Amino acid sequence: MTFLVALPVLLPLLAAALSLVAGRSPRVQRLLGVVVLTAIAAVAATLLLRADSEGPVVLRLGGYGPPFGITLVADRLASLLLLVSALVTLAVLVFSIGQRITDFGRRTASTAFHPMYLVLCAGVSMAYLTGDLFNLFVAFEIMLGASYVLITRRVTAERVRPSMTYVIVSLTSSLLFITMIALVYTATGTVNLAAMPEKIAALPAGVQSSLALFIVIVFGIKAALVPLHFWLPDSYPTAPAPITAVFAALLTKVGVYALIRTQTLVFVHEDSWAVLLGVALVTMIIGALGAIAQNDLNRMLSFLLVSHIGYMLFGLALFTVIGLAGVILYVVHHITVQGALFLVSGLVTRHTGTVSLQAMSGVARAYPLVAVLFAIPAMSLAGIPPFSGFVAKMALLQAGAEVGTAMAIAVTAGAVVTSLLTLYAVTKIWVGAFWGPPTEPLVDDDPNDDVTVGTGSTSSAMVGATGGLVLISVLIAVFAGPLADMSERAANDLLHDEGYRSAVLGEGNG
Amino acid sequence: MTINITMAVTLAGLYSVGFYLLMQRSLMRVILGIVILGHGANLFLQVAGGPPGEPTFVGSAVLEAMVDPLPQALALTAIVITFALTTFLLALAYRSWALLGHDEVQDDVEDRRIARAEQAARKVEDEGPESERVAGFEAPEAPESRPGEDDEEARIR
Repeated sequence: MTFLVALPVLLPLLAAALSLVAGRSPRVQRLLGVVVLTAIAAVAATLLLRADSEGPVVLRLGGYGPPFGITLVADRLASLLLLVSALVTLAVLVFSIGQRITDFGRRTASTAFHPMYLVLCAGVSMAYLTGDLFNLFVAFEIMLGASYVLITRRVTAERVRPSMTYVIVSLTSSLLFITMIALVYTATGTVNLAAMPEKIAALPAGVQSSLALFIVIVFGIKAALVPLHFWLPDSYPTAPAPITAVFAALLTKVGVYALIRTQTLVFVHEDSWAVLLGVALVTMIIGALGAIAQNDLNRMLSFLLVSHIGYMLFGLALFTVIGLAGVILYVVHHITVQGALFLVSGLVTRHTGTVSLQAMSGVARAYPLVAVLFAIPAMSLAGIPPFSGFVAKMALLQAGAEVGTAMAIAVTAGAVVTSLLTLYAVTKIWVGAFWGPPTEPLVDDDPNDDVTVGTGSTSSAMVGATGGLVLISVLIAVFAGPLADMSERAANDLLHDEGYRSAVLGEGNG
Repeated sequence: MTINITMAVTLAGLYSVGFYLLMQRSLMRVILGIVILGHGANLFLQVAGGPPGEPTFVGSAVLEAMVDPLPQALALTAIVITFALTTFLLALAYRSWALLGHDEVQDDVEDRRIARAEQAARKVEDEGPESERVAGFEAPEAPESRPGEDDEEARIR
């Protein structure tokens, strides 16, 4: 059974190689991608069931035991996020295949896209499953390396500068990551996350908190915390819609996941962490205000993404079971909703030919289905009951109120305000894009680049994929009860990590 | 544990030069900054294993005189990764140069938009002629001279 843990990493990597070889036959490439991602979803579901009933599933690669060997660990949190990510990547892949077929016909192949997309999925899976810090770095590099190629593929003059920013900022954060590993290794003599807590606990308090802060900075750049968020609204909106969707849904969340994993497993925080709470508050408010100031649909969604990273940080900074359960619920909800919103933005852009909210109007009258697909995730993002965002936000607010320190109450109030600001922002999008008389689509000024706009044509695969994501977010709300229970169990694992550590370090089932 | 002063100073030098170059305007210098920062980080990872010059292989020395081989293995991996990504970055920089015709990192589009809006607001206030521009808000270089930028601004607006 334990070999299953390796599949989410191995399958997409092997498929990426095959996909590269099969570059000339688009049908094989497409089939390979869809089959592999479906398989990962199935494996993740199996792992989730097993981790929930029997504890973490641990695989020691090559039979080397910890702390020297590489371990892959699928506990509740990792397999839950793996499942959601697999579903979202699958939906985005279907969307992108649909878009490709609509624009260029069934026959033309896109040699680089499919292999790179699969490599990205492998990196994301590995980041979730890995049990040691250096392997996490490698996972990030696999993921980011693929994302560099995806964001700069067929780059045009106006897209090259923002993608350059993205690459340089990510590279800098990777180099800081190496520095962080060197510091942690010097201090503890291990890179195995499960073996680290004992060693860290023996260090002086000052060294402990500076290491913890350094880790927050490294992953904060990836997760786009304010004030380390500046690169995100610049670079994400320039990529083609499906790429932006998968970046927004997954890459920042992987950063958040790494933060959750390291701060709960490696470091011991007895109380809520005021510094992180402050960062969470600033991230929420600045992100939401930034979104309101925008006129560009994609930039607005990017700022909202930054803003809602603050919620996840808020729950983490409380360091209570309820808070972490809220974060897990929120991450799951946000992955689907943010992905869906960017896909809808892709549909809207194709219909109207512009991303400017001033230039477009009347999408609701001309394309009612697109309007419905936007309205559901948008309301969910703003936290209106009965959608998934409400459930997740409610959990976080309760957790904040329960902790009850002045700082926690302040951030809880900030979270409510941000919720209202988010509502204002999505209302602004709704009024600008969806109401009013329909406009003629603007003509694409560069029809040969990857960003096709204003053709007015969408295929059923594209709408179906977006609808699928919206459906998942609705299902999250419907099954909120069991999911909340699951998140609570996962959060409990995080704060009481003896199970995780003994499964990794002990003889276990290796 | 003793601290190796030479390595500490070298690392400090590499990091400071790297970050200094990273903050330059020219893209080529930024890339050099990344390269030097990468050297610094990889060297740091190696130093984490123990003082340089000691053997790593089992049996080549007594256990106390050996260094930890794991950071060296990690550094090897990290070097390969930074090498590959630097190559990619160079290719991207070349592409950027081919597309834009210069290798300068420009001002943020949004900053410039805000500056221009403020400038326009002041102009209305003063009701001055076209020539009375507020020097502080002027971008260091005339935006018209940059190919591609205007399209970008138009798109974002």
